[in-house]
Amino acid sequence: MAALTREETEALIAEVLEVYPEKARKDRAKHLAVNDPTLEQSKKCITSNRKSLPGVMTIRGCAYAGSRGVVWGPIKDMIHISHGPVGCGQYSRGGRRNYYVGTTGVDTFAEINFTSDFQEKDIVFGGDKKLAKLIGEIDTLFPLAKGISVQSECPIGLIGDDIEAVSKKMGAELAKPVVPVRCEGFRGVSQSLGHHIANDAIRDWVLDRRDNAAFESTPYDVAIIGDYNIGGDAWSSRILLEEMGLRVIAQWSGDGTLTEMENTPKAKLNLLHCYRSMNYISRHMEEKYGIPWIEYNFFGPTKIIESLREIAAHFDDKIKEGAERVIARYQPMMDAIIAKYKPRLQGKRVMLYVGGLRPRHIIGAYEDLGMIVVGTGYEFAHGDDYDRTMKEMGDATLLYDDVTGFEFEEFVAKIKPDLVGSGIKEKYIFQKMGIPFRQMHSWDYSGPYHGYDGFAIFARDMDMAISNPVWNKLTPPWLKPKADETIAELKKAA
Amino acid sequence: MIRQDARGGYVFYLPKRDLEDAIVSMEFDTPEKWGGEIKLNNGGSYYIEPQAKPARLPFSLRARRLDAAE
Repeated sequence: MAALTREETEALIAEVLEVYPEKARKDRAKHLAVNDPTLEQSKKCITSNRKSLPGVMTIRGCAYAGSRGVVWGPIKDMIHISHGPVGCGQYSRGGRRNYYVGTTGVDTFAEINFTSDFQEKDIVFGGDKKLAKLIGEIDTLFPLAKGISVQSECPIGLIGDDIEAVSKKMGAELAKPVVPVRCEGFRGVSQSLGHHIANDAIRDWVLDRRDNAAFESTPYDVAIIGDYNIGGDAWSSRILLEEMGLRVIAQWSGDGTLTEMENTPKAKLNLLHCYRSMNYISRHMEEKYGIPWIEYNFFGPTKIIESLREIAAHFDDKIKEGAERVIARYQPMMDAIIAKYKPRLQGKRVMLYVGGLRPRHIIGAYEDLGMIVVGTGYEFAHGDDYDRTMKEMGDATLLYDDVTGFEFEEFVAKIKPDLVGSGIKEKYIFQKMGIPFRQMHSWDYSGPYHGYDGFAIFARDMDMAISNPVWNKLTPPWLKPKADETIAELKKAA
Repeated sequence: MIRQDARGGYVFYLPKRDLEDAIVSMEFDTPEKWGGEIKLNNGGSYYIEPQAKPARLPFSLRARRLDAAE
């Protein structure tokens, strides 16, 4: 099926909206749009970062997920306490596969779940004493932890515990940073506010701790901001930067350490990958320390080349030569990959629905493989993300913000893409519909996908998903033809 | 927060709304007097108390909404 025209896409949206009651229809209509790449301002056609409607199935997370799960979680040499009942911490433990090096339980702690395990009496009498005791115990058991962060779950905000006071007191007692993060899950409309709160906590409690400390700096110091090292993403990006002659002094926050974060104000340039979750801290560092920041994109060779050149433009000729050298070195490898996979994937259509960055960043990588992204959408993007997305997407493609379970299923059923990229909650629905699927949050337990090495894995994975013969064999038992029936007849009867 | 983009124009950023947009006009733009009514590319307008131009951008300041969407 060829790409839809503008009218067809509009008709499709109208058809899907049909089932809602009038009020809900009016609200949801603002979140669904047909892309027009000529528009500069997304807010003329799409509304984002609004509260999800009660009654629809949203795919969003909460502020605690944005802070504990995304921003703070991967900092490996700190202990992050899930302060509140046990569930939030246990169910979010290690789910994002933020890889790191170190000995877990000795000097790194990212995969261990620490929780204050609130019981009824803690809710009734307050949990501050328990928190202080817990922090002391952690220091005894894990003396090599460089710091502790207190990630509040909903009850903490509801009962009004003063975690700031406890953190200050225990921080002074242990001579270690103890950072209170007010990321109660009910704050904001999605995990996006959790990112903002986490950024602000870093700004207030971490960033200025080494402002006057000596630091041996070079003119080529950069920091990788907003790369969570999922499946090793930050590593496959870092080697490219180092190969072109830059020195990466900090990784935020995949495989990152507290010391790296404290040293980041000494960087010459901040490289921002995930704009949505870490633009706040980049803006702060620009204002306070005068460090410029740029957004870059390491998905697929076209975007990598663009990004490497843009990064090099901020430095002298040595780095510019370095960038060209890196590009030339990997080009044959990229040509081979594209020669191998493009004929198999050419013209295949993809629909994406991911978090706050990938729905636009990955488009280039799919296009390098000859694939077309026909629909994309974010769980928790804001207006500035859609401004950036609309230029990347083709004309008359579908945009959906905070899509509901029903809408997403209907869109996929009508558009019939060759591949859907989204998260674990969507995976089995679409696979049961007979549509190949890749998880684009955790790379479906594969990865890395960033950088040149990552593109090789990305291309292989997409081919594996799409070319898998299983999708033609998905006839459920009740549709299996009996001796004298055909499938067509059965379907008709159903 | 107001910052300068690569081409030298001013960019307005409103953290609370996550609004990032180019400033198309500013009432006063001299080193001594800087600010006043600013107009954004999206049609909204805000008011900044006129002040001496900050020595370095980006610069955080208080802006009042004159005529812009909520």
